[in-house]
Amino acid sequence: MNLTLKIWRQSNAQDKGKMVDYKVTEISEHMSFLEMMDVLNEQLINKGEEPVAFDHDCREGICGMCSMFINGEAHGPDRGVTTCQLHMRMFKDGDTITIEPFRAKAFPVIKDLVVDRSSFDRIQHAGGYISVNTSGNTQDANGIPISKHAADEAMDAATCIGCGACVASCKNASAMLFVGAKVSQYALLPQGQVEAVDRVQNMVAQMDLEGFGNCTNTGACEVECPKGISLENIARMNREFLSANVKS
Amino acid sequence: MSGFFKSSIGRKYAMALSAFFLMFFLLQHFAINILSVISPDAFNEASHFMGTFWAVQYVLQPVLIFGVIYHFVMGFILEAKNRSARVKTYAKNNGAANSSWMSRNMIYSGLAILAFLVLHFIDFWIPEINTKFIAGDMTGLLPNGEGFRYYEELAHKFENPLRVGAYVIAFIFLSLHLMHGFSSAFQSAGASSMRKEKLQLFAKVYSIFIPLGFIFIALFHHFNHH
Repeated sequence: MNLTLKIWRQSNAQDKGKMVDYKVTEISEHMSFLEMMDVLNEQLINKGEEPVAFDHDCREGICGMCSMFINGEAHGPDRGVTTCQLHMRMFKDGDTITIEPFRAKAFPVIKDLVVDRSSFDRIQHAGGYISVNTSGNTQDANGIPISKHAADEAMDAATCIGCGACVASCKNASAMLFVGAKVSQYALLPQGQVEAVDRVQNMVAQMDLEGFGNCTNTGACEVECPKGISLENIARMNREFLSANVKS
Repeated sequence: MSGFFKSSIGRKYAMALSAFFLMFFLLQHFAINILSVISPDAFNEASHFMGTFWAVQYVLQPVLIFGVIYHFVMGFILEAKNRSARVKTYAKNNGAANSSWMSRNMIYSGLAILAFLVLHFIDFWIPEINTKFIAGDMTGLLPNGEGFRYYEELAHKFENPLRVGAYVIAFIFLSLHLMHGFSSAFQSAGASSMRKEKLQLFAKVYSIFIPLGFIFIALFHHFNHH
């Protein structure tokens, strides 16, 4: 198929940036979106032009690195997939595809479609962990009884790959689905109880400090999340936060 | 708890609580107004009680005014903060693919309700305060002294088709605002998914039938007195 691409080009963080049109030809419908971008970049390199910078790593939907906003949606029009899992069969011959970086004050553009998502790392550092006693008498995690329901919910929350699609999709650039998932995966398990109060307070404080917007429950994050993280995690974070503030 | 209401989540709770309070007020407002359709005498009695009972006038009324102002001011503050969280907007954003129109436009439905409240205050609240607290007439009687004035005043207001039209449009916006706002308040308050389905059904029924009821009352009086 032959396509017209409208791509955000920005040479560095200071550059104003602009949308630039490109034509790509003979794209197979079996290609992934990133493979189509590879074809474009090969074309640009052959012409002596600067290739389009974009994030990618595992290319199998696990690492959370790819981050494009395609035709007005994070990771494009398909559901439950990252950009690397998005196939060109989702588009038609002759289509015009708009490709932009994830937009948020807390995700500044580094170059073209690459954004700095280290604000997520700082939120994780603020409390997204548990302390494990390594003095020699560590309790085997498998020896602690956990209900199937809690284990499933914790595992569902833990599938968040921190790609930032929730922030990109939210009209308020809110990070509450990400933080809700990270709080929930520990809040549901006995190992997470020791630091429960500090965790939610510190992670929410860091989230606010980074300049993310506030959740208004539009549900866009849940729809666009490649891992199907549920809004229930935001409700749980809210309960955890209230409970932590009452206790402290 | 000192920093709770300065945090993003604390403000979500505050918006949800003020919303619950306003929705409870709206329900009691509707309960009294529907009496005007069923029995003018009962409406007059209820209106006189609400308009003269000290606890309603000097305790609940200031709380209500605070609740209304808080909900609007905090709504504007959060909207400004949320807009500042995305300095550069998308060239193409397909919001309809992942969220409802109501959820994305709460600020506009809220502004329509604010405009309506200004009209409503000019229509009913300011004349009421003027009669009771400036002119000092706490009797609630018509100028000729023959019965209560409340039903007559209500019926008179809805004679004007422009006012009725404005009220109908305002209540459509109120319905749109509530359709997202009510269930959103449950989510903000941390309601779990087990209870959420029933709560959301209740929210949907409330969001449609209460504004529809107010529209019915306005139209009833308009056509009943023509």
